Amino acid sequence: MTVPRMRFTFWKAVFLFIMAAGIYATYLRFVRGLGASTNLSDQFPWGLWIGFDVMCGVMLAAGGFTLTAAVEIFNIKRFHSIVRPTILTAFLGYLLVCAALMYDLGLPWNIWHPLVMRNPHSVMFEVAYCVMFYTTVLALEFSPIVLEHFQLHRALKIVRSLMVVFVILGVLLSTLHQSSLGTLYLIMPNKLHPFWYSPLLPVFFFLSAIAVGLAMTIFESSMSSKYFGRELELDVLIDLGRALVVVLALYGILRFEDLYHRGALTRIVTSSYEQRFFLLEIFLSVIAPLSLLLVRRVRESAQGLYLAAILTLLGFITNRLNITITGVESAAGARYTPKWTEVMITAMFVALGFAIFGLVARYLPIFPEEKAHIPARREPAFGEIAVPLHAGD
Amino acid sequence: MSKGILYDATLCIGCKQCEQACAAENGLPYDDKIAEQEVTSAHKYTVVLTKDEKFMRRLCMNCDDPACASVCPVGALKKTALGPVTYDKSRCMGCRYCMAACPFGVPKYEWEKAVPGVRKCIMCSKRVAEGKPTACAEVCPTGATKFGDRDELLEEARKRIHDNPGKYVPHIFGESEVGGTSVMLLSSIPFNLFAYRIDLTERALPMYTYQVLSRIPDFVPLFGTLLGGVYWITHRREEVAQAEAGEKQRKGGGQ
Repeated sequence: MTVPRMRFTFWKAVFLFIMAAGIYATYLRFVRGLGASTNLSDQFPWGLWIGFDVMCGVMLAAGGFTLTAAVEIFNIKRFHSIVRPTILTAFLGYLLVCAALMYDLGLPWNIWHPLVMRNPHSVMFEVAYCVMFYTTVLALEFSPIVLEHFQLHRALKIVRSLMVVFVILGVLLSTLHQSSLGTLYLIMPNKLHPFWYSPLLPVFFFLSAIAVGLAMTIFESSMSSKYFGRELELDVLIDLGRALVVVLALYGILRFEDLYHRGALTRIVTSSYEQRFFLLEIFLSVIAPLSLLLVRRVRESAQGLYLAAILTLLGFITNRLNITITGVESAAGARYTPKWTEVMITAMFVALGFAIFGLVARYLPIFPEEKAHIPARREPAFGEIAVPLHAGD
Repeated sequence: MSKGILYDATLCIGCKQCEQACAAENGLPYDDKIAEQEVTSAHKYTVVLTKDEKFMRRLCMNCDDPACASVCPVGALKKTALGPVTYDKSRCMGCRYCMAACPFGVPKYEWEKAVPGVRKCIMCSKRVAEGKPTACAEVCPTGATKFGDRDELLEEARKRIHDNPGKYVPHIFGESEVGGTSVMLLSSIPFNLFAYRIDLTERALPMYTYQVLSRIPDFVPLFGTLLGGVYWITHRREEVAQAEAGEKQRKGGGQ
């Protein structure tokens, strides 16, 4: 039993290092300014903080609306036990996105300006409102967990009776701003490389948010079972895996059709800087996870699902970074690599996400009721013939 | 009447007095070192480029339907009726979407400042409002930079191309690029030699996002109803099942 203990202290050391570097980088950002603390320039006004912290941050938090929609609206009851961790991830994700935005904004103390200075023609304005309202909705969706813990039954009853309204609002707002992050780029037809510029950008962003929402749920369930000793609900994850196959296939086909109709297919076989990043993205986000998940043995094993989920996440992170960075480098006439301060601040937010998730999971009822009715079951190892799990369904 | 600037590169002698006048008008430093810089920046809103004895100016094009003003979430950038695209730092929150969206790469940022703002040529909006020409046009000794009503300038540009066959590239840069711009350029050599993009769309860029954004008000009630409807149906089945189960039990109990 010494191994997990060592691992714990190792991650603790990593966490402390990242936090220390992140805090120093924070000092540099706010005392010395954006110029000294980033590699951003007039040619490259948006870098890692927009590309990862905001674009990927919002995307990785998509499990919240995907799963609440599945459970509360579509009434798929077997996903019920994994809704809370996804709401926590989403809530944390959005709080971290808002915090990270304060680093990127040149005048962060003016962040409230869209409240009173409105330009409804701006996609950014719409995203700002959606993120603001959705973070509020997530707080409300999360509130039962806190209210339960402190046994505030009356408030709990009120929140629960309004939950459907919150969920519908949450799905609506998420649909709008997840897709709008793609719409942000519609105004750059001559700047964003044809691999990524498409009138369908909002649709791609929405579909990939659902794929990432599913993958993220598989990822965090697997992580929770590893690090919180929580038993893995393999049958639930297998269903998520199936849904992921469908969404990824839809997304892949649509991406292909879009490239075909825009006459951009030949670029795939023409060697270029963008081509390599495009191929990497498509391999990670579509080809690799789909190939894995289409094999039944893999799809029905915990490790197989975990691997496919991680590939999907990496693939769509690559997609968002390709759109924000790779895809605009040619038009900008400049290459961009983030400075260490940018990387450490991003790392700090990722580390904070993991740490706060761990803390909340320890002290609040995030994983409720499941132990009562699901008997402990040994998960079939990778390669082992899976037992049919839906015999009773 | 919307105002504009017509820059005719064939009349330009590269004296850079426009650069100096621009700096003075905007309270920016100007010396020999800055004069040598061939890029616009937070401290240099216009620049005269030289290539093989040919000249070309760079400045904000002050688009008729500017991408920067359209994307600004707080309306810090605005297209005025007179032509200039102005910037109000007191509204700005520093998201830099204007910089990302501008098809000409015009807005620059004060990266080194603790309280940074966006910097760009604003077509001397104050002077223009007072009925005066822009500082660059007023100082120009050859008339290469000419200020006036955009329609009249456009007419004149067409006439110059027509009357001097072979002298100009038969294109008025800014007449229709991204829906037209207040600043228009004439040149004897292709514009792309001065890093002007000649593949720009003729559609006003804000239309690309507006065609999506404008559907949102219609989308919200439809999608909201759909979600509510799905909820209603999926949970109705449950109610029915529950009621039936209850009835069965009661019947079973009664017999």
